[in-house]
Parts: sequence; C-alpha cells; structure tokens
Amino acid sequence: MSDHLAAPYTFEYTYRRSMGPVIGRFLEGLRYEILEGVKTADGRVLCPPQEYDETGAPTTGEFVQLRPTGVLKSWTWVAEPRENHPRKTPFAFALVQIDGTDSCITHILDAKSPKELETGMRVRVRWAKEKRGTIQDIECFEPSSPILLGPVHLDFSVMPGVHQTAYLRGFEQGKILGGKCKATGKVYVPPRGASPVDGQPMDEYVEVADRGVLTTFTVVRIPFEGQKLTPPYCFGAIVLDGSDLPFYHLISGVAYDEIRMGMRVKAKWKPREEWETSVENILYFEPTGEPDAPFESYSEHL
Amino acid sequence: MSERCAVIGIGQTEHRESRKDVSLPGLLREALFRALEDAGRTLADMDAIVIGTAPDMFEGVMMPELFMADALGAVGKPIFRVHTAGSVGGSTAVVASHLIQHGVHEQVLTLAFEKQSEANAMWALSPAIPFQPQLVAGAGGYFAPLIRSYMARHDAHPDAGPMVAVKDREHGLLNPNAHLHLTQTLDEVKAAPMLWDPIRYSETCPSSDGAVAMVLANDKHAKGCKNPAWVLGTSVRTERTFMAGRDQVNPGAGQLCAKDVYDQAGIDPRKDVDCAEIYVPFSWFEPMWLENLGFCDPGEGWKWSMEGKTRIGGQLPLNMSGGVLCTNPIGASGMIRFAEAARQVRGTAAAHQVDGAKIAVGHAYGGGSQFFAMWAVGSKRP
Repeated sequence: MSDHLAAPYTFEYTYRRSMGPVIGRFLEGLRYEILEGVKTADGRVLCPPQEYDETGAPTTGEFVQLRPTGVLKSWTWVAEPRENHPRKTPFAFALVQIDGTDSCITHILDAKSPKELETGMRVRVRWAKEKRGTIQDIECFEPSSPILLGPVHLDFSVMPGVHQTAYLRGFEQGKILGGKCKATGKVYVPPRGASPVDGQPMDEYVEVADRGVLTTFTVVRIPFEGQKLTPPYCFGAIVLDGSDLPFYHLISGVAYDEIRMGMRVKAKWKPREEWETSVENILYFEPTGEPDAPFESYSEHL
Repeated sequence: MSERCAVIGIGQTEHRESRKDVSLPGLLREALFRALEDAGRTLADMDAIVIGTAPDMFEGVMMPELFMADALGAVGKPIFRVHTAGSVGGSTAVVASHLIQHGVHEQVLTLAFEKQSEANAMWALSPAIPFQPQLVAGAGGYFAPLIRSYMARHDAHPDAGPMVAVKDREHGLLNPNAHLHLTQTLDEVKAAPMLWDPIRYSETCPSSDGAVAMVLANDKHAKGCKNPAWVLGTSVRTERTFMAGRDQVNPGAGQLCAKDVYDQAGIDPRKDVDCAEIYVPFSWFEPMWLENLGFCDPGEGWKWSMEGKTRIGGQLPLNMSGGVLCTNPIGASGMIRFAEAARQVRGTAAAHQVDGAKIAVGHAYGGGSQFFAMWAVGSKRP
C-alpha cells in the first residue's frame, strides 16, 4: 500500500456572513457590552436572539435588555484543550441561561478546576478587552460569587499598663515578677492591677523562680490564619516556684510524647545580648531532670 | 416574678459550612419567620427583640443588631443585644424570658446567629499581641489542657471522649437541621489526627453558618397555644478569668448556675430531668459538664458517657439533636441548646424526640469556661 500519494493542502477563505436584523443587532450590542434577548410571540425571551423560534414562528422583533448574569444549566470540563479550542488552559463548555430569558446560550466557562463548578450555580459574563462585534466579545463566563471582600485594618498602640509594664521590665533583667495579693498572700504571674478576691491594688511585686511545675499542656498541630509559630508546638500551664497561678509558655527541649503533667521545667533564656522587653526572652521551658511533682501538689491549679 | 413565660415558637435555619446563598439579615429572617409561623404570630405581634451573637470580630460587622434592626422588625420597638461570649445564645434567651416574667413585655422574639464563613474564628481567637509569644491557638488550644486535666484528675478511660463523638454524630443523623450528617465508628474517631492533643479533629465541633429564633410569650398569649414549653428556671453565672486556685475543670460558676435553675424549678437533676442539651464543642466536655451540672458525682461523668447513659433511650439522653459537635454557628449554639430542650418538652423533636420528655435542660458556656447560662423547661404549666 506504500504507493498512496499524500501532500499537505490548506483550504482557507474568509466568507462574508449576513447577520440579519436580529442576530446582527445582538452582536453589535456586544461591542458596547449590551446584552439583549428577543421576545417570542408567546411572550418568552430568547438569548441569543433568533429570527424564528423553535416552532418556526417569527419572533416579535421586540428586544429586551438583559443583565450579564445567569445560571449554569449544564457543562462539560475540558481538561486538555486542543489547539483549536478557544482557551489554552482547562475550561468548561457551558449552557448558560441568562437571567430573564427562557433559553440557553452555549459558551465557555473559565474556572480553575471542575470542583468549582456546580450545575445551578450563578455565573456572569467576562467581556473581552477588545471587541469586534462577534460572540467572542463575550470572552467567557465565570462563576459569580455574591461575596464582597471586606478588609479591615486597624492600627493600635498596645500600652500594657502599670503592672504589666513592671512585669515586662523584669524580663529586661532576666527576672520574672509576680504581684502579691494582700488579702490572700497569693502571688500572681503576671501581676494584675487588682486582686480578684477583694479588688485591692496588687502593687507589691515579688520575684519568682524561672522554674516550676508543668501542670497541664497541649500540643498544637493545627495551622491557622495569622499563626506565628509553626506547628507542631507544645504550650503548657506552669506554676512557677513562688507563684500560685499557672502561667503559660512553650515547652520544648524534649520529645512531645515524653512531656507529662507534673514534670519539673525551667526557662531556656535567649542569649543575654538578644534580650528585649518581652516574655519572648524566654524561648521555652525545658525539663530540669528533677523528679516529677506529685499530682496532689498541683491539683488545685488545674 | 409576676408572669409565667413559655416558648411558643421555634425556628432554625439550614445550618451549613457556608450559607453563601443568604445575607446576614436573610439568614436571621429565615429563622425568625419559621419561629413566627410555628407560633402562629407575625412580626407585628412582637413587643421587643432580644438578640445575641459572638464578639463582633467573629464576623467583622460592628453592632449587627443596629444594622439589622429593620430586617428584624425592630423599628419602633426595643431591641437588646446580649454579649457573653460562647454562652451568648443561652443568656440571650434568659434575658428575653425575664422581660416576659417581669411583665415588661407580653411577647418577645429572641434570636441568635453566626455566619462563621464570613470570617475566621480561629484567627479572631488567636491574636499575636506585642511583648509575648502567640500561645493561644483557637478555642481548642485553650480547652485541650483542661481536658487533659480532667482525664488525669479522674483517671478517665481514653475512649470516653471518642465515644461521645460517635454518639453525638449518631444523634445528628436523626436531626435534619444538623450541619454534619456523619456516620463514624469509634475506630474512625480514634484514627483522626490530633489538632490540639488530646483533642482530635473528629472530636471537634464544625464551623457553621446558622441562626435560631424563639417566640416567648406570657401566660395570656401562651394559654391558647397547642404545646408551649414553660420556662421553669433560668440562670446566668460568671467567674473570674485569673484567680489563684480557680477550678477550670469543674468551675464554680457552672455549679452555681445549675443549682440556681434546679432550685427555681423545684427539681432534682438526678430524678426529674428527662433529657438535656448541653454545650459540648469538644467531646470531653460531655463528661465534664455532666459532673459540673450535678447530674452525677465528680469522676462519674466519663463512665456515664461510656455506658451509653447519655444516648437517646439511656438514663439521661444528652444532645439528642447532635449538639454542638454536629452544628456550631457559635453565637447561636447556646440558643440552639435552649430551643432543642424546648422542642423536647413540646414533643416536636421528631426523629430525635425523647419519648414522653416532660422536663428538659438547656445549657451554654463561654469564655475560658467562665460564663454559664441555663434554663429548665417543662411541658406542664408551673
């Protein structure tokens, strides 16, 4: 069969189409981002407009201006567009019922993935930047979301207040300060403005140890928006020696599955030259290696 | 108190991860017209509106109660907003009931909502403020250490929490209003990843869009209604955030709140309560609140959960609707508990109805286990 002859041949010619009064008006409208349908004799609206409806009856010639939005009635995803397809990236062929009409327009729909598409979803026209009075003046349809983004940006100046400031100044010196409650003698870390027992000022500061008992803890494994630390990380409630209330900080320097309630921990400070006015001068708390505290000794702090 | 108060209408929205199909006012109107229809009332019949939602940062709409006043039919009428963090849905209903009980109004519309999909509650709960490490990691980050404390204090079997998740999701399958309709086995719950050790993904509440509304009425208006749920007792209690020796596992404010409600209602929680809807955003809070609310002794809660006592058909069915573990529009979650308790004694809970329920308790908590709201409702006029 090798004697079959073959030679490349390109058939190419530009015909001149007469659009007529209905489709012609429709396409000319697209040039100005005007989308119109036409009324049928029985009161329906067709878009794209036709000179005749599907029964063969002439349409009325009465045009109706439409919004460039509609409902996705059916679609098929094109995962690997071919050379002559209208888009180079994956897209969907779609049947869209423009709002206020009784028919569908066939066009293409742009989306990142078919997971974004659902029959019945709202879509809108994306207009082409350069228009030529053709159906391609509608570049494509795209999913329309009724969501309006509402960014909020508020600038604050954080003023920690008298007692929190004294506490933070302590960190500049490598000290952890607590406030003593006059009524009960209990030491609060950080110090608070007023005693929760009698409301009296808690203005007597005492230095507490940078070590204590880990009473309880969690390992955070979930990422979230605005998170500064990279999960997983452990933080826990530590009752520092000389204080009477848990204070929270990171727990590290030990495998997560070896962290336990009652473990004795001590502060791992940053190198002194990196100290700032911050609780972050302590990188984390790590085990001291001392025997665990018995449960009864810290059970009231849970 | 000079007046009796009854729930005569209840409405809930469809709860989903995202209700993109409705605006915030549209979401509330979906619930409120269902409640009005249930009560056979119109907006014009309502004397006042009492509304609750979580802190404004959760949605980023400042004072939504004012922006929505006309949508809620509040023009020319009093509208009040209640703020008590996660317990807000409960305390909102309590405030509304007080307006009736004290004779201020005859018929009050109360509602609660959250459109979580418009924002990010994890972000809102986890600020990275200057001078300190960012330790907070959402509600689960706060509550996980407390759950660990509970487990250690009572040497609880580690399966108790997962079994609550299985049970609440099974109950949720009976409730068409529930957001999650999940079938999951104990093994599947235990195989899920830890988000905040010891809280697993499968033991955590979803993030939902939704709203709930109730019509409350005094004796005069409730008498003609078919099946009012009579309010037998209400209470709201609060405690300090930072307090040496504060028991966060079994908070004093929760105990006081429960006792106050039982005393008002004249009921014994261990004998007279047929079922309860309690605020369980993470599975282990079922045993924790069982004990805190006096349904059983400290240390017994986890056994109750494991023994099936809290299932529909058990000794004390809890969260028949599937609870917060199935549906969590934060600001509404508390009021959904109150409304579901009322549905039980009205006999309108359909597939998740507890047979013959006559007295039910609704409960909500919020903040760092520090705000509590409860009510007891009954089928019999007190």
